[in-house]
Formats: sequence, structure tokens, C-alpha cells
Amino acid sequence: MTTKYNNVYIEDTYTVCGNYENDGPLSEYFDLKHEKDLYFGEKTWEKAEVKLLKEAVDGIIDKKKIEEEDIDLLISGDLQNQIAASDYMARDYNIPFLGIFEACATSGEGLLIGSTFVESKNAKRVLVTTSSHNMVAEKQFRNPTEYGAPKHKTATFTATGAVAILLSNKKSKVRIESSTVGKVIDLGTTDVNHMGAVMAPAAGEVIYNHLKDTKRKPDYYDLILTGDLGIYGKDILKDYLMTNYNLDISSNYNDCGTMLYDIQKQPVFAGGSGPVCSGLVNFGYIYKEMLQGKFKKVLIVPTGAVFSPTFTFQKESIPSIANAISLEVVE
Amino acid sequence: MNKEKYKEIVSKNTPKEDTVKNGIIAFLVGGGLGALSELLLRLYCLLFDMPRKEAGVLVILTLIVIASVLTALGVFDVLVSKVKAALIIPITGFAHSISSSALEYKHEGLVLGIGTNIFKLAGTVILYGVVAVYFFGIIRLIIMGG
Repeated sequence: MTTKYNNVYIEDTYTVCGNYENDGPLSEYFDLKHEKDLYFGEKTWEKAEVKLLKEAVDGIIDKKKIEEEDIDLLISGDLQNQIAASDYMARDYNIPFLGIFEACATSGEGLLIGSTFVESKNAKRVLVTTSSHNMVAEKQFRNPTEYGAPKHKTATFTATGAVAILLSNKKSKVRIESSTVGKVIDLGTTDVNHMGAVMAPAAGEVIYNHLKDTKRKPDYYDLILTGDLGIYGKDILKDYLMTNYNLDISSNYNDCGTMLYDIQKQPVFAGGSGPVCSGLVNFGYIYKEMLQGKFKKVLIVPTGAVFSPTFTFQKESIPSIANAISLEVVE
Repeated sequence: MNKEKYKEIVSKNTPKEDTVKNGIIAFLVGGGLGALSELLLRLYCLLFDMPRKEAGVLVILTLIVIASVLTALGVFDVLVSKVKAALIIPITGFAHSISSSALEYKHEGLVLGIGTNIFKLAGTVILYGVVAVYFFGIIRLIIMGG
């Protein structure tokens, strides 16, 4: 399903990152950087993630000099069970709230829903936020954080941070031009250490459908950016689109997971992952470079493995989802 | 696209794990740890004038204490990522799995946190260790008469 928007603009964004992301090549694009540890003055990892989200919301409110009442709707999601980071963040704000979950594709889902509210004039301003925390994800999905079992080459590293995107009907430099809702795809991958292979077909399908619906060629966009496929998932996606649809996206395609960190020097294996991985790259680096005019049209495709460890233990393969959102510089 | 064809695309674009290299590292470091333990055993025998069997228990305790302290200091997981299974297979890995679980869940309280989760990883080893010992004990009894 592809929707075109005439009236949805990104008023501004605010990005918060942890120390690993601060050591990465895109550090200069982030608004608030934590350098010391991953607790950020809190007692537990879970509370630390709530703090990140609150810093993102406070950050954008301060940056735009607005009040909580000026925001009609807050949409947020994260990786914690019951999207707890978002829920516990939202209790401290006097803003109507929608909690959403599409794992690492959450920012895309949030933008889709937010854009619909703004386009239909039911909301003037919608704030979309998402977060992830490396240690929370390790504890919840893998082993205790201090255990540190050897990782596979194809494993990815959950990014730490939070991002807030303020959508508005007021004209600004970057607008959301269209979006395509993806389908849940499962091509039988069961390896939890190879999320790139799990998610590549979902990204491939939504990119193909978006281009077909809008009758565009890949080179219409300056960049097509998937969320967190990692270095191997990137190759799998290119191969998938070529084999299945004879579609070559290699000239302007990249993956946020391979851009957030210095993969050679940092201990991130195949690259970054987590909802905030694509969030930080898209709304730190890409958005700010769009303001500068480096990119004019960008298709962002946050990717998510929507799985439950319980189903994985019950030998089910892993479903995945991706949505495509077209960002455009307003001339 | 069918699942079989996709599997081919995935395996074509997925790197092989360095199992031989990892195995050699684990063998050398793990073997080194074994040799050091043997030295320690003989040292204990000499120092405390005790039989091998009793000194063995002391060696195991020493390794458990060292491993747990290294876990608490945040060093053990860094070492594991470098030397692979070398420190996980010996008793040090068992100690590490328990102490890292205890550390992880301390904020959820003594009962529902540490109590419930301390054997999260070690539980499997304990259960199947006991079951295996039971069966091997029976086999030993049949073959060697006790």
C-alpha cells in the first residue's frame, strides 16, 4: 500500500547517542552524546533507556521552544518487552500517546502513522520517538551482559540511543513525500545470529513494491537506505532483488547498520542494529545533510525482525517487516 | 521466491566462521589453563602436604574465585571474546555463567532476581551433568564393579 502526502513536513529532529555511536564516524551529526558508560546516571539498563527517550523528547521541545501542549500526539516504540521504555517515558508527559512495535522497523511505522494524522489534518504536530539500548537487548534477547559469549561474524550490535522526529503541517525544508507499508515476510531463516538474512527479503519486497507503485526507477532517489541488514545482509538484498525482479539498486544503495560504526575498528561484527540504528543515521546524518542540500530525495527503509525468543526456541523461523518512506527536500 | 532458492542466496553471501582457527586458539589457551592448573595442584600438594584428591578441590575453588572476580571486574567477557571457548569449557566458564547471571539480575531483588535467574545458563549444565553422572555410574558399576 503506497500513500502520497502533500502536507507532511519534518519540523526538526533530535538525536541522542551512547558512547559506541559517539566513537563512530557519524558522531558530529548527533545532538546529545553520552561518552562515559551506558548507565547515564541511572541504576539499571532499562531505566537508562527511558532516560535516553526523555532526553530526546525534552531535547526537541527545548530546541523548538515549544510546550508539551503544542504536540498533539506522541508515537513511540522500542525493543523492551511491552515497549516498556516508551511507556515509562510517556507517563512523564502530558501528551496523548500511541505505543507501537515493529522491532527495528519501529521508526518507519511511527512515521507512517504520524504522517497519516498530519495529512488528514487531525493533528498539527506529531512527535515520533524510538530508542534502543545495547545492554537491554543483550539481557532480553541473548545472554547476561557480562557473559560475552563469542559472536558470529554475521551478528549485529544493538545501537544505544534515542531519536525524536517532529512532524508538522507547517512547511519546512524536508517533507515526507510518500510511504509504502510493507508485508510480514518469512523465507524460512531460523538463525538469530544472522538477522541480515532474516530481514533482507522484507526490505526487498517493500522497495520493489514502492518503486512499482510510484512508477520510479531506483536512480530517482539519491539514496536508498535499509535499516540494519549489516554488511552481509546488504549483499543478500542486492542479490535477492537482482534474482527475483532483475532490479539493480547497487549504485545508490546503502545500509544504516554499516554506516553508524567503523566496522573495521569497533566491535560490532556485521554492523549496527536496533530501532535507533536507522533512527540515528536517517535523522542525524541523512536529515542534516538534506538540510545542507547534499541529498535531495532519499528512500528510507527501516527493517525489523519481528520475532519472539519463545517462538525461536519452539523452532519457528523468523518473520520480518520493512516499510519504505520517501523523504524529499522542498524546493 | 521459494525458501530453497533463498537459502542459496543467503549461503552464497554469508562468510564461513573460522572454526579451525577458533578451535586452535581454544585448544592452546584451554590446554594452557589445564597445564597451569596441574602446576597449581602440585604446588598445593607440596605446600599443604595434602593428597592429590584434596588439592584438586582447592585448585577448582581457586579457579572459580579467580573467574568470578574477573567477571565482576568486567574482564572475563573481554577475554572470552578473544580466546573463544577456552575459558568457557573449563570450570571457569561455569563460574562465569553463574556470576554473570547473578550480576545481571541483582536489581530485580534477591529472590525474584538473583534467586530465579542465577542458574539461567548453568541450569542446563547442572541438570544434564547429574543425569550423565548417574548413567556413567551405572555403566562403571556394571563394567568395573564399582
